[in-house]
Amino acid sequence: MDASTPSPLIPESLRDQIRALFPRYPNKRAVTLPALHLVQHHFRCVPHRALAEIADLLEITPAEVHDTMSFYGFFTQAPVGDVRVWICRSLSCMIRGGDQLLEHACSRLGIQPGGTSPDGKITIELAECLGICEFAPAALADDGRIFGPLDEPSVDRLLDLVAQGPVTDPPISPVLAAPARP
Amino acid sequence: MPAFEPVLSRNFQVPDSHTLRVYTERGGYSTARHVLTTMTPEAVVQVVKDSELRGRGGAGFATGLKWTFLPKDRKETFMCVNADESEPATFNNRWLMERDPHQLLEGILISCFATQAQIAYIYIRFEYINATRILEQAIAEARAAGHLGRNIYGSGFDCEIYVHRGAGAYICGEETGLIESLEGKRGWPRIKPPFPAIEGAFRKPTVVNNVETLCCVPHILERGASWFRSIGTPKSYGPKLYTVSGHVNRPVCVELPLGVTARELIDEHAGGCWKGRKVKAVVPGGISMGLMSADELDVKLDFEEIRKTGCLGLGTAALTVLDDHTSLVDYLYNTCRFFAHESCGQCTPCREGTAWFYKTLKRIKAGGGRLEDLDLLRSLAQNLGITPGTTICGLADGAAWPIRNALDKFRPEFEDYIRTHQNPAAGPTPLQEAIFHGRPADPLITQIGLSKPSTPASALNPPPPTPSTATH
Repeated sequence: MDASTPSPLIPESLRDQIRALFPRYPNKRAVTLPALHLVQHHFRCVPHRALAEIADLLEITPAEVHDTMSFYGFFTQAPVGDVRVWICRSLSCMIRGGDQLLEHACSRLGIQPGGTSPDGKITIELAECLGICEFAPAALADDGRIFGPLDEPSVDRLLDLVAQGPVTDPPISPVLAAPARP
Repeated sequence: MPAFEPVLSRNFQVPDSHTLRVYTERGGYSTARHVLTTMTPEAVVQVVKDSELRGRGGAGFATGLKWTFLPKDRKETFMCVNADESEPATFNNRWLMERDPHQLLEGILISCFATQAQIAYIYIRFEYINATRILEQAIAEARAAGHLGRNIYGSGFDCEIYVHRGAGAYICGEETGLIESLEGKRGWPRIKPPFPAIEGAFRKPTVVNNVETLCCVPHILERGASWFRSIGTPKSYGPKLYTVSGHVNRPVCVELPLGVTARELIDEHAGGCWKGRKVKAVVPGGISMGLMSADELDVKLDFEEIRKTGCLGLGTAALTVLDDHTSLVDYLYNTCRFFAHESCGQCTPCREGTAWFYKTLKRIKAGGGRLEDLDLLRSLAQNLGITPGTTICGLADGAAWPIRNALDKFRPEFEDYIRTHQNPAAGPTPLQEAIFHGRPADPLITQIGLSKPSTPASALNPPPPTPSTATH
């Protein structure tokens, strides 16, 4: 490789993971979402150069990858924090205080929804129904941990907990909930 | 009536119910083995058709009939399992996938055999992180044990199941939006026809079924179509997972025969309305189905009878209970915000309409409402969606229905809110402008504490030619 070409951003191991998905689909373009997920997970964002490299791997244009990527709310161009936390604001959570909890979490970290704490540990995002309405008002971390029913003190504890970093294989029941009130 | 025996949720409380060992110990995969080794695909389709199983994802279309739409001379067929459960307040598919993934896999296997699909994609929403992990483990286990792969049970039938994750788009729960998304594109629904059965994923005949629908299939094949039709109400047969959330003491996911009433669900299964309050309204099946008032709690929640209340349908059978302390302005604001956020932007009436709904509700909530806004909302809601024929998919209908129902059933509350929550900080409204222009004060205007300006209005501005409707 001559010195003027930058070395590829996506490491070979990740490329292999993407290539391993090709036999699952009739064409390579269908691997767009899985590839974006792998890249987002690896870099905590989808850098512009990675986008072009995905396009190269899938034999489509970068515009096509970007078109897909920009449609979905999940992929970001700037890195998200070590743990991404979604706080639900849809109906079942909202009527139990979801909007206020989102505000509370953001104001404690001094950020807006979608923002990342200055130490880079937590990203707080709003969510439209996380499908964990039995624990409303609820929150979800991108490692799979679920939280709820929450109140303001338990949101504080949630933020302290996720600041310690992601976990593997969390249980399907909430890892944290506000104490039940009579 | 004989006691109802839950089947879909029978393993939910069993420890390690997500493992292949527990599932096979409890009789799992024996139906699939029996079906694949002794029945023809046509016979399986016929049994499902006879059972009159209707899709559990929201539209309630007959599953067996959907399968017969596949062209007879097709060479390749795909199955898409719709696990993009994004309808607010719905979580029954999540329970099915987390607590009994092999039941779903067995359902997929039998359905793939019936439709001769050799590849099934489970399109699962990104937020179901644990369900994705559990499903992937279950698929690996089932594959290792020979329930998936090549020449299953020596029948000569091959089947592979792959999990495909979404990325946070509500619209991908629409079957053609799902297919587009699976193909690696933005999830824009397609114009139909052609329906997916003719031209679906990768332009091949495709079956799209909901998770719960497919979970019903092994039980129908095991116990027979007439067993299935002995449960439920006319035209709505079989067991159904109902979910109840919102202002109840015990939010639940419970399996019951189709056709229970909201009152029964709330009082007997969800521990009643919380804090000893009364139910004001119930959202029957995800927010796009509309709103039921407290007078309608005894209506049967099945595919047919619920429509008598003016709701769009059963939807996902996910109830959200609103207590009598809830402002319906807040409720409607929330639904409008949701649909404005989730409209995919393909059809102009929906993209612009849902945004206008949201802007209008936001203004009303902030104290800048006008009484004529309600007529405007109602008329917009009438002209948006598949029903009037202005959009490709039903998202706009889902956005319009809560407005239709809320305004038809609770209009006085909205009028009252607008009259009593006028806030000068929300900007001048026609009502406030009328006061400024020196119109005779309505008793309501004095009630909200606005006074007439001392300068005669005519000196500042000529009055508009016709009286404003805002003072009616």
